[in-house]
Amino acid sequence: MRFLVNSNHLLPERCLSGNSSRISQIPIIPQPLLNYKFPFNPKLQLLLAGKQILLDDIPFPFDEIQSHYENGYITYRKGIEYQGKLPVCVRCGNKDPQQFGSFMCARCGEQCLYCRHCIMMGRISECTPLIGWNGSEPVTEVPDKIMGWSGTLSKGQQEASDLVVEAILQNKEWLIWAVCGAGKTEVLFAGIEAALSAKKRICIATPRTDVVLELFPRLKAAFPAIDIAALYGGSEDRHVYAPLTIATTHQLLRFYHAFDAIILDEVDAFPYTVEESLQYAAIQARKPVSAMIYLTATPNQKWQRECRSGQRNFTTIPARFHRHSLPVPQFKWCGNWQKLLYKDKLPPNVIQWVKSRLDSGKQALLFFPHIPMMEKALAILRPLTPNIEAVHAEDPERKEKVQKMRSKELKLLLTTTILERGVTFPNIDVAVIGAEDIIFTESALVQIAGRAGRSKDYPDGVVTFFHYGKTEEMLKARRQILMMNREGFKVGLLDRESFKKEGRI
Amino acid sequence: MNNFQQERCLICGQFITAVVGWGWIFSMETEHVICEACEGKLERIEGETCKICGRSFEALANTFRIGEICNDCCRWEEDLQWQGLLEKNFSLFHYNDFLKEVIAKFKYRGDYILAKVFSDEIKSRLGNMEADLFIPIPLSEERLYERGFNQAEALLLEAGFAPVKMLTRVHSEKQSKKSRTERIHLPQVFQLIPAPQLQGRKVILVDDIYTTGSTLRHAAKLLKEAGAFSVNSLTIAR
Ligand SMILES: [Zn+2]
Ligand SMILES: [Zn+2]
Ligand SMILES: [Zn+2]
Ligand SMILES: [Zn+2]
Repeated sequence: MRFLVNSNHLLPERCLSGNSSRISQIPIIPQPLLNYKFPFNPKLQLLLAGKQILLDDIPFPFDEIQSHYENGYITYRKGIEYQGKLPVCVRCGNKDPQQFGSFMCARCGEQCLYCRHCIMMGRISECTPLIGWNGSEPVTEVPDKIMGWSGTLSKGQQEASDLVVEAILQNKEWLIWAVCGAGKTEVLFAGIEAALSAKKRICIATPRTDVVLELFPRLKAAFPAIDIAALYGGSEDRHVYAPLTIATTHQLLRFYHAFDAIILDEVDAFPYTVEESLQYAAIQARKPVSAMIYLTATPNQKWQRECRSGQRNFTTIPARFHRHSLPVPQFKWCGNWQKLLYKDKLPPNVIQWVKSRLDSGKQALLFFPHIPMMEKALAILRPLTPNIEAVHAEDPERKEKVQKMRSKELKLLLTTTILERGVTFPNIDVAVIGAEDIIFTESALVQIAGRAGRSKDYPDGVVTFFHYGKTEEMLKARRQILMMNREGFKVGLLDRESFKKEGRI
Repeated sequence: MNNFQQERCLICGQFITAVVGWGWIFSMETEHVICEACEGKLERIEGETCKICGRSFEALANTFRIGEICNDCCRWEEDLQWQGLLEKNFSLFHYNDFLKEVIAKFKYRGDYILAKVFSDEIKSRLGNMEADLFIPIPLSEERLYERGFNQAEALLLEAGFAPVKMLTRVHSEKQSKKSRTERIHLPQVFQLIPAPQLQGRKVILVDDIYTTGSTLRHAAKLLKEAGAFSVNSLTIAR
């Protein structure tokens, strides 16, 4: 679409003529003043408040949208901006020249540059306006009793919970560094309650759809009278306005200055470049004055440094709610295991490890860096037990296999890093084969070790990193776990016996 | 171009591992735009195919073919109205789940660049065919505005062929719900922009998917009636 620039507003021009421009080429986009007498459409308000979406996503006639713009209620923003000669996608922050394409566009009649990075949410090109809301926010009613949850928190959880409340009410940024199995969801409840009763709009953003689906009923139970929108690729709540939103991190791309508080779960779950663009999305989605709570078990090196040097507000929950120490990984050298695999063999100590699990009847999770090697290992181990499977990200039977592991139908589950987080089995041992591979970062290894000893009935678990040469990442991962155990013991969150027995080396 | 710059696979975004070595020196070296893993998921149509529509006979029971021609084509050819209009269709790949996803991203999400994935293949196929005019199957105006580009035209352009936009649509694209007989007896869905250069020419129609063959045959009918010498067609998927 093309626009004519009038003295104080833009006029759409649908037949292509010389005087009009694409929105990306208009230096400053005029924003008409809000006309309080204009009878705005409350449905448009509900749809657009705190959003940045495309015309194609708005099921209202364009003339109505344009008249809301002319009366100051709707904003038009550029989808693609230029920093000097370099294009930037305004929605996702993409600046990588390889991640743009261009085509002869039927909408604007010119060669039109578009962003490939966020194309799954609708194509943004040089002639695409991002539509947002400039009027007042919809009013939401808050019931007298907001929270229906009445559980108790551990001492560590309680401290973190109090800090979340404070950060949300005072618009601070805070990192909650909680070990795997600390019980982080409950830590959020008081903060959510405080936000809702202060009429703040709040969002929990998490990387994976599985987590959205798992968290939604728990939130619904904790806040029974509150409207909650659950957003993920393909969800039906896509355009629902709610005081509490739970979304995959990608869905934040549709929001603009929407939230008074965002809780960003597992910021470290993505490779760095993706992480960068999701940080961008989170910053776009929050209001200029707002709170941001980061939640992670494994902050990256930069954040850890900032925490240590006092540049970042943070709180740790260094121990699990069941008061037992985190299993500390053992390092075992296993020689050139890849070479052995080519000869259809596994290192003897790996075989030994597996056999002793099979003998004692304890389930085990074996992590591999790459699919082909995992498949080879599967063939070698299968003669030892028929109750064995292997999963990876694109495995169509992924869910079924994880379910079989849960129901104890399987004794061994081989996996790529796909199961490094999120999935919990109550009583398992964990091994990594080839822990030296670059795919096993400090954070991946801490997460993997965090799979063991999760339940209070089975708080012990063996974690073994088989390697062909120790890496810095392995050492950092072990150091991080030991540090958390020490701290947990120091602040009285760990039982003495457990710390003495397993929590240190 | 910088030899050390790593290219990303157009489909999955992974870096393409450089297997070329010094190959970049030779201009004959084709540029890799997708990675080996994605390449492996595209299934080329090979082996014995229907002499008219190019469908593979490999996974087709014998009862669905009559000699060298599949049942569907046989039915079209039995109808005097349609006989011989479409000389032969060539399709490059099996329309498997992977290709379905790629084509959906290309035409519905509008990721234009994905046209390049098929450029080499189209180039070598069209290069082997005798042809004067390359005509893309058109979209209706609303649909074209909605998508921003016509996928058939994009395929031709990116492969280095000049699309001749001689056809326009008179009816909407929604015909998948109609039965086969309805489709056969459908009034003409295309219109021809009067074109004197069509006389005696060999035409190649281009589209993204061959589904029922009805679209291509309707276009072929119009072109033949207006004097085209022959009409063949090329699609990415079948
Ligand atoms: Zn355009
Ligand atoms: Zn983008
Ligand atoms: Zn690829
Ligand atoms: Zn056939």
